[in-house]
Amino acid sequence: MLDSLILAQMDPVQSWTLGIASVTFAIYIGIAIWSKAKSTGEFYVAGKGVPSVANGMATAADWMSAASFISMAGLISFMGRDGSMYLMGWTGGYVLLALLLAPYLRRFGKFTVPDFIGDRYYSSTARIVAVVCAVFVSFTYVCGQMQGVGIVFSRFLKVDKEAGVMIGMGLVFFYAVMGGMKGITYTQVAQYCVLIFAFTVPAIFIAIQMTGNPIPQIGFGGEHLASGEYLLDRLDGVSAELGFGAYTEGVKGKLDIFCITAALMLGTAGLPHVIVRFYTVKKVKAARSSAFWALLFIAILYTVAPAVAVFARTNLLDTVSNQKYEEMPSWFKNWEETGLLKWEDKNGDELIQYTGKTEEGQPGKAADLAVNELTVNRDIIVLANPEIANLPPWVIGLVAAGGLAAALSTAAGLLLVISTSVAHDLVKKTFRPDLTDKQELRLARFAAGGAVLVAGYFGIHPPDYVAAVVAFAFGLAASSFFPAIILGIFWKRANLYGVITGMVVGIVFTTSYIIYFKFIDKAANVAENWLFGISPEGIGTIGMLINFTIAIGLSLKTKAPPEEVQRLVDRVRFPRKAFADEENE
Amino acid sequence: MSSTPTPEARARYWRKNLSWLGGLLAVWFIVSYGCGILFVDQLDTIRIPGTGFKLGFWFAQQGSIYVFLVLIAVYVFVMNRLDRELLGAEGDDL
Repeated sequence: MLDSLILAQMDPVQSWTLGIASVTFAIYIGIAIWSKAKSTGEFYVAGKGVPSVANGMATAADWMSAASFISMAGLISFMGRDGSMYLMGWTGGYVLLALLLAPYLRRFGKFTVPDFIGDRYYSSTARIVAVVCAVFVSFTYVCGQMQGVGIVFSRFLKVDKEAGVMIGMGLVFFYAVMGGMKGITYTQVAQYCVLIFAFTVPAIFIAIQMTGNPIPQIGFGGEHLASGEYLLDRLDGVSAELGFGAYTEGVKGKLDIFCITAALMLGTAGLPHVIVRFYTVKKVKAARSSAFWALLFIAILYTVAPAVAVFARTNLLDTVSNQKYEEMPSWFKNWEETGLLKWEDKNGDELIQYTGKTEEGQPGKAADLAVNELTVNRDIIVLANPEIANLPPWVIGLVAAGGLAAALSTAAGLLLVISTSVAHDLVKKTFRPDLTDKQELRLARFAAGGAVLVAGYFGIHPPDYVAAVVAFAFGLAASSFFPAIILGIFWKRANLYGVITGMVVGIVFTTSYIIYFKFIDKAANVAENWLFGISPEGIGTIGMLINFTIAIGLSLKTKAPPEEVQRLVDRVRFPRKAFADEENE
Repeated sequence: MSSTPTPEARARYWRKNLSWLGGLLAVWFIVSYGCGILFVDQLDTIRIPGTGFKLGFWFAQQGSIYVFLVLIAVYVFVMNRLDRELLGAEGDDL
């Protein structure tokens, strides 16, 4: 009774959102109960028994965060061709993972990246450095996810951001703490299905509306039904006219784009929550093929995203540019309420001027244009897209559920890395080797629970640097883990001294560059001041090169790693059965 | 255990692995950094016939991702074959 009363007061978008979100949440909880973890092996790596297609899906959901789902298409929409760095950067890393890392790390066995670093470089200092990096990278990331949950809840269900974050926390707490990796993996499979459905359905609708072609990837290269021109040509034309610059041309420096793309790729290949997924499959063979499945499932979203970006940009310009404010559709007002969309009638003509011209002007390019009056937060593009295109309310509800699925699945994966790092790498391996499996499992659950609380706190009180520290996560992973793992596998001569020094110098260099430009002297954060014109987002690539150089140079100057470490490398390189039995143990 | 591969067979396995890696990574570099970034403007003078896509733009936003997928598929196939070469029928069960 009460429910129907509440529902009656909600608009259809809200009730659909609530309905779809509740159903998906119920599914996630059901899966968690079904797949409760009973041992540390199940908690950390799902008992190493996940089939490769399922692991591919789980990896895809783990990987595609609130940022991929909510923000990426929006970013591309505003950056045009320069946005390609996200598309290539966040997919190209999988080639490196599949070819250079996943099969070898799987063959190594054990549970985590710090495990590998610690054993390969025969040192607990190395292990601790790796643990600290893993925890820092994961925390940075997880705060962003919780914020994403908050945004979705506050816009679509009109509840407080705080309440939204609490609900999200409760849910993640339930299935991550109880189910561990096993629970998370199977929940992520469900979450992948929800999020990919939610992302592609509206894209297909809009592709049909705008181009008559139901496949978005092809549609955005096709003709724009309304004008008869090619969609991209029309968008180029309209954007240029409004002073934004042609959509399919870039403005950023080539070297900068190169470095950012590389940092994202190498960072992907070094992110602990992605790597650990390849420990969960049965065999080395399955580790290779699940990298393929993962990229396939990721590619579905990543090839649709640039199409969504083009559709949304065209729709947005057509809907708002030079139109009367009074006649704006309801989504415009709804987003204005959240503060993510702002309009100020600077020339008092009651029309919305949306142009590339700022108060300071943009000489030459847009001299005779009116000054821009509209500020659009990039994050709303994907969420508002179905409304801008007038799609039915259930599609909008679906997008909200998809955003939640993307944020929750990634958050869960990251929380697990944090709890594993603390319980396994730090406590069990470093301080208390005498812990029983039961005690360790209890500790891991406690750590996961603690991590959820901290992440929730930062979701509600986001430090204003969350966006800035995302650059950290990738830069750090690229400049620390990536060289250490690659050298560990492909160069037997790499030793403790070289690699640890390389890691530390790589991290310190990257961190100081980012901190300087992002926190200490924000005003200086312009291309003229950057080293070789490389922005803080891309500096991880340079950090990585420095790391490699030092690691190789210093390893050559110091003594080779001990015999048993070289044997360990052989065991990682070749199938187990390539050795006689006595060599195996 | 039937027959353990000789150290020479292992060395051959590793050499083949490395040369495949080199080849595939070269393609990886060319499509993403080459076509999508360094030479994007030159490629943009070409249009994919019958579409609104300029070639460089298409590589940067679509093509490179498809090629990445093919690269991994090829590697999975090649490595499965190498495993079988090294270990006979047992190579299927790793």
